[in-house]
Amino acid sequence: MRIVKFKKKNLFPFLEGISSGADLWAPVRKYPDKHVFSAIRAFEDIDLDYTRTIVPPRKIMLPPKLTMFTATEKTYRDSFVHANKKILFGVHPCDINGLLIMDQFFSQNYDDPYYTRARKNTLILGHSCWPDENCLCKSTHTHVVEEGYDLFFTALGEEYLIWIGSSQGDDLIRTMPEMFDENLNETDIQTFMKWREDRDKAFQTEINFTAMPDLMELKYDDPLWEKLGEACLACGSCSNVCPTCNCYNVKDEPILGKKASDIVRCWDACTLENYSEVAGGENFREKRSHRLKLWYTHKLQAYISKFGKPACVGCGRCIATCPVDINIKTVARSLDGEEVESFWQRLSTEVTK
Amino acid sequence: MNQLNESTPQPNPFLPEPARIVRLYDLTEDVRFFQIRLAEMDKALSFTNRPGQFAMISVLGAGEAPFSISSTPSRPGLLEFCIRKAGVLTNALFNLKENDLIGLRGPYGNGFPIEKMIGKDILIVVGGLGAAPLRSVLLYCLDNRDQFGRVSVLYGAKRPAEMIFREEYLSLMKREDLECHLSVDKDETGEWTQNVGVVTTLFPKLSKVDPQNTVALVCGPPVMYKFVIKEFVKLNIPKDQILMTLERRMKCGVGKCGHCAIDYIYTCLDGPVFTYWDVLHMRELI
Repeated sequence: MRIVKFKKKNLFPFLEGISSGADLWAPVRKYPDKHVFSAIRAFEDIDLDYTRTIVPPRKIMLPPKLTMFTATEKTYRDSFVHANKKILFGVHPCDINGLLIMDQFFSQNYDDPYYTRARKNTLILGHSCWPDENCLCKSTHTHVVEEGYDLFFTALGEEYLIWIGSSQGDDLIRTMPEMFDENLNETDIQTFMKWREDRDKAFQTEINFTAMPDLMELKYDDPLWEKLGEACLACGSCSNVCPTCNCYNVKDEPILGKKASDIVRCWDACTLENYSEVAGGENFREKRSHRLKLWYTHKLQAYISKFGKPACVGCGRCIATCPVDINIKTVARSLDGEEVESFWQRLSTEVTK
Repeated sequence: MNQLNESTPQPNPFLPEPARIVRLYDLTEDVRFFQIRLAEMDKALSFTNRPGQFAMISVLGAGEAPFSISSTPSRPGLLEFCIRKAGVLTNALFNLKENDLIGLRGPYGNGFPIEKMIGKDILIVVGGLGAAPLRSVLLYCLDNRDQFGRVSVLYGAKRPAEMIFREEYLSLMKREDLECHLSVDKDETGEWTQNVGVVTTLFPKLSKVDPQNTVALVCGPPVMYKFVIKEFVKLNIPKDQILMTLERRMKCGVGKCGHCAIDYIYTCLDGPVFTYWDVLHMRELI
């Protein structure tokens, strides 16, 4: 790994130089307090002053609705229009770690070409961030990145320190070598060390994820789940915003006037009512509490048992999104035996009545 | 990106193969037998599956779903399915005629551990349409009869008319190298000559079981498993020699869509065949 120095004022010229053959995606401010990853038309639209986007960047590899192939009776023609060359700039460490979990999931057993082709065609340019009260990434150890990016920009005053994470990242730097300074001085190092120390101290929320698999097992029949099930709106929002949710549904959409169909995959969520329902009406997870438990089993138990880390990257999106405050923080804390005062009050007064 | 496979692109696992319906006939009022061959002859001949695996079947305009393969790999070339009319896709399947095309991909799932079953006594307990997946293993055992010890079948259906392959099973009863007992919950015809009662009432009719040397298989409606497994346990059959095959919603068959997740496993990859130990070890299987 190499680290180089770069002046912030050179950012737009650099992005312009590297994005001629690819779509540039970056965070933009969509609402006064909300950002989204969006295809960039004007560099001035890029807004790096954000904590989390509404939806994680996996939407770029697997859009909410994607035509997998067009079918006739005899032919199946697959389509990869979504997998064109892209540069994704401004991705925070939690989201890079989320993509690493997606990489592993979609390439294991059977390779999912819809994900992996789009992923291979997307360069990841990470960007440093500062936590707010809902950022849990230090607890999941995803506040830092060791891999999964091509370049990583750490903002320090008027300059960036840039980590070069891949050969392709190195190619980008070499298109405009005059912009990059390979000689870091003692002040640069001290500035970075101080920034890192301050950032580590800025995390306000901590969760003991290592205890979760055992707690999920021990509290399988805990009344907590029924209470959560009563409050849950089964809206699927937590899944839409989660960087590690991979579920999808498949629909056959007939093309009018032709004996052909588009076979479309759309995001799905295990909290939705018919998620586990089979033909004939048998529903293996009829109750909301059972479906919620599946969601949390994935995040807090199953993935840890299999890969030694939670399927949570601590981005805080479920905290920002769930209308009834069922999220990784409140559920983990409740499992841990903590009384989550406002949470419980809200559930009993506003929601379940 | 170093975790992603950099080698030559693999075939798209989501694309079906066109397959032709060779033969159709009704097994019961709402269950139809489909004999299918992949349209490309070399693919039809090279297709191989394990008993207990499933395939994804699609009909243009109606969607795709998983179906147990009822045929045995010991009779290659043709694939057979017993399909109940239960939803949009199966309704569309029932509207098709012989020689029509469908989409097919697979086989998927673990299937039955045939290598571990060789040399053992095989006890098959079937309820209703559970006869579809277990037919693959029963036919496999019959085609390779000398590889297995005693083979016994207990089959229960609601009514005589709902017993799929009824005539086949009735003729199996005449074979000397196989023990077969049939039962119906109710007989309104007055013509049923076999047992009346739920499938577990057939257990007393079984000849003495050598539990350590027996592999027991069960498939049927979800309510049936607990009762049948209780009988297996009473017979002292070891937990990891009790096998069952389960149904779940699936949209991909290859461990991506998430619908068949149970705990940390996917039914489509790690199942649909599970042992009783799996059931005790993992909640929500049955």
